[in-house]
This record gives sequence, C-alpha cells and structure tokens, in this order.
Amino acid sequence: MAHPAIAEIEDLSFAYDRRPVLHGIRMRIPRGKVVAIMGQSGCGKTTLLRILLAALRPTQGRARVLGADTATLERDALYALRRRMGMLFQFGALFTDMSVFDNVAFPMREHTDLPASAIRDLVLLKLEAVGLRGAAALMPSVLSGGMARRVALARAIALDPELILYDEPFTGLDPIAMGVVGRLIRQLNDLLGATSVVVTHDVAETLPLVDYVYFMADGRVLAEGAPDEVRRMRVPFVEQFVSGAREGPVPFDYPAPAYAADLGLAEPVAA
Amino acid sequence: MKDALTRLGALVTAAIWRLGYASRFFFYLLAHSGTAVRRFGLTVREIYFAGVLSLIIILVSGLFVGMVLGLQGYDTLQRYGSAEALGVLVALSLVRELGPVVAGLLFASRAGSAITAEIGLMKATEQLSAMEMMAVDPIARVVAPRFWGGVISMPLLAALFSAMGIFGGYLVGVVLIGVDEGAFWSQMQSAVDVRQDILNGVIKSFVFGVAVTLIAVFEGYDAPPTAEGVSGATTRTVVTSSLAILALDFVLTALMFTGGS
Repeated sequence: MAHPAIAEIEDLSFAYDRRPVLHGIRMRIPRGKVVAIMGQSGCGKTTLLRILLAALRPTQGRARVLGADTATLERDALYALRRRMGMLFQFGALFTDMSVFDNVAFPMREHTDLPASAIRDLVLLKLEAVGLRGAAALMPSVLSGGMARRVALARAIALDPELILYDEPFTGLDPIAMGVVGRLIRQLNDLLGATSVVVTHDVAETLPLVDYVYFMADGRVLAEGAPDEVRRMRVPFVEQFVSGAREGPVPFDYPAPAYAADLGLAEPVAA
Repeated sequence: MKDALTRLGALVTAAIWRLGYASRFFFYLLAHSGTAVRRFGLTVREIYFAGVLSLIIILVSGLFVGMVLGLQGYDTLQRYGSAEALGVLVALSLVRELGPVVAGLLFASRAGSAITAEIGLMKATEQLSAMEMMAVDPIARVVAPRFWGGVISMPLLAALFSAMGIFGGYLVGVVLIGVDEGAFWSQMQSAVDVRQDILNGVIKSFVFGVAVTLIAVFEGYDAPPTAEGVSGATTRTVVTSSLAILALDFVLTALMFTGGS
C-alpha cells in the first residue's frame, strides 16, 4: 500500500460515555483504492465510519481525513471537508418528500450556483451511471430496496467526491441487487478517481471488489491485507468470518445456563 | 425516603437540563434562520402545510364557536335588556381570548403534531443525518423554515378564526334571533379598540405561534429515533403546547388587560 493516504487513523480509541468501543485503531486508506472494514455486528466499524465523517470525536488518538484532523474542525471547516466526501447510508436515507431527481439534485442545489439546466443534465448523468435515469420522476416510496440504494449512491457522488463512505451497502438486498451495487461501487470509484471505504460484514460480495481489507473484532483491528492474503490467513477469527463457520472464536450461542436445567428436566450442574 | 428524594432530584435535574437544551436549540435556530429568509420559498411551502392545510378546521371551529357565543351571549344579555350589545360581546370574546387561544390549541393539534411527526420520522430514517453528512445544516434547512412557517401562520389563522366567529355570532344573533343589525355592528365598531383589543390579540397569537412551533420542532428534533419515540414526541407536543398556551394566555392577559379595560 505505497499510495499516498487520503485518510489515516492513528492509535484511535473511542468510548460512548464510559463504554469503550474502539481500542488503539491504526488504519491507512490509500488514495484511489477501495478499502473494506469488516467485522461482526457491534464490533465498532460504523462508529469508526462516523469518526471519519467527524460525526464523533475520538477519545484518544486522531483521524486525519483529506489532510484535516477531524477532531479539531470547527463547523465551517467540517462542512467544507464533508463537501469533498460522499456517504451512502445503510438504507439509503433518501428524502421521502422529494422525487428521485430532486434527491440527486439536492447537494447540487445546496452547494452550487449551477443553473437549473446544468443541474438537470448532471442529475441525469448520475442517474444514468446507476441505471436509473428512467426512474427520475419516481418517489422513494415506490422504489425497491436495491433501487433506493442506487439512487442514494447517485446522490452520494453528486458532487464528485474524493472520498466515498459506504455503511453496510449490501444489507437487505437480493443477490442481483447486491451484485449490481457491488460492481457500481468499484466502477464509480475508478471512473471518478475517488477513494472508497466500505463498512460491511458481507464477505462473499466484498472481497472480489476491494483492494484491501481490515478485519475488526471487539473494537480492535485483528487482521489486514489484500483479499487473496485474507483468504489464506490462518487467523481463527478471520477463518471463521470468511468461511461463515458456526464454531470459532465468535460463539454462536449467547451464554446461558444448561438447556435441560432451563426446561426443568435435570438438576443444574455447577460449571 | 432517600430513594424518593434521589428520584425527585434526578427528575428536576433532567427537566432543567432539557429546558437548557431547548433554550440553546432555540437560540441556535434563530442564529441559523438565514436560509429560511434567503430562500423564502422553503418557508412559503411550510406556511402552506402548517397554515393553509389547517384552514378547514380553523374556519369550521371558528364558525361554531361564534354561533355558540351568539346563543349564550343573547340569552344572558337579553335578561338585562342589552341584547344589542351582542356584537360587542362576541367580538371582544373572540378577538381578545377565544380567537388566539382556541386557534392556538387547534393549531397545536393539527399542525404542531404534524411538524413533530415529520421531523421525528426524518430523524428516525436518517434523513437528517444524511443532510448533515452532505454538509447541509438540518436546523437551517429543515427546522427553521418549519418554525417560521408556523410563526407566520398562527396569527393569520387566529385572525380568520375570529372573523369566522364574528360571522357565526352574526348568523345566530341577527339572522336567526333577530337582534338589530345596525346595533350589532355599530356597537361592535365603537367598542372594539384597535390597539387595546385587536393588537393585543395579534400579539397573543404571535406568542402562541412561537411557543407551539418551537415545542413542535424541538420535540421532533429531540425525538428518540424509534416508532415509540416519535409517537411519544408527538403526544408531548400536543400536551405541552396546550398547557403552554393556557399558561401564557394568563400571563399575557394579566399584562395586557389589567388596570381598567
């Protein structure tokens, strides 16, 4: 990973009140690459994404994004930074009172002085890129989950961001929509010359499209590497995660007393 | 006993903290209202949703309140041989009190609850977060236009409520019962003072508009992002707004109308 970094995280820790979530995270996001942050639900990956967006401030350490330390930014500088970034939310977060066209046009209308005709051309261009030019007049309520995610993707790239962040982009999608969204993430990243960070736990869909993977568990980075390296890794957590095995370092069963004892069939046995 | 005191203390502390948070929210909202003024189309859209769509309930309620005032007022006044003063009674009751108060209560139920539910749902579905991540301040873009839309709508709705109520009083008093039409209007004209009665009524409705809309936008913005949270926030908007209107009405009436009028 010799490319210059667009984002760097150094010895970063974070806690919600007194509940620690992230511990000593170190990451480097090279410019132009697609990087995945993977891990089970609740491991802290979305929290990390929110720190990259400066929606949360680290308790310790720092995150530098596009050359700025996110913890020290004032409101105007923060908004200036965010204008250079795009974000795809887990379920799209489309504005339900606006059509598909207006959703994609929203960032342009808010942040540029472009005439309506130029905005129209740009919106159609972005919608064409995600295959939804014909759906411009539809309202979000009539879109399928996959279509909504693609519209949100078109909105995320509306201002040609340098860094695009994806929060669980595959959640709740059927296999076809998953494949479409996955290919779009890769294609748009390369076409726009952007950098992408994909937070996900979908191994099968993610490994073929990314350049580098960070594996997280319990708020720590457990392993990292290129997809081929990750597949060959002999780290028990990574093996379990990639293979989807029930048994491993991450237990399937939540701790409970003996089942027979719960059913009143036998005397509880002291552990 | 100690536990009860601890819980009471926690409740008081939480209430003060929330009041402080609401105050900060209000000042932040005022400071970031530039968008609502510069792009007045956003505010006009909210005037339509909060004001125009409330017209039916306001006009119909105003008509019936005025008709009831006409009936009750006539019944009382005619015992003292002053039935011609019916116009004065109806007009002063509506302009000073019932117009702003009842219109405010209806506005809280119809528009206030809708504003809270809309903002709360936008929060629950991450639309406000999406805006924030697009470097668009949701308070400036979503909350401020709704606040000013409500503040502008409320005095207009109260004025229409009063006008409709006076028409209702006229229908019952003059058309139905037969009070002298000339006396009805002329006594009203000579007894209702523009500054003392109408202006004070407008001030009241403006204050109620600020209170109701502020409570509505704050509850929506502060709602927990769940179905239960939005439902609770909507209920709180109606209850808190109604109590605020009645309490503020007492304070304003004491300030405006004591000392001889």
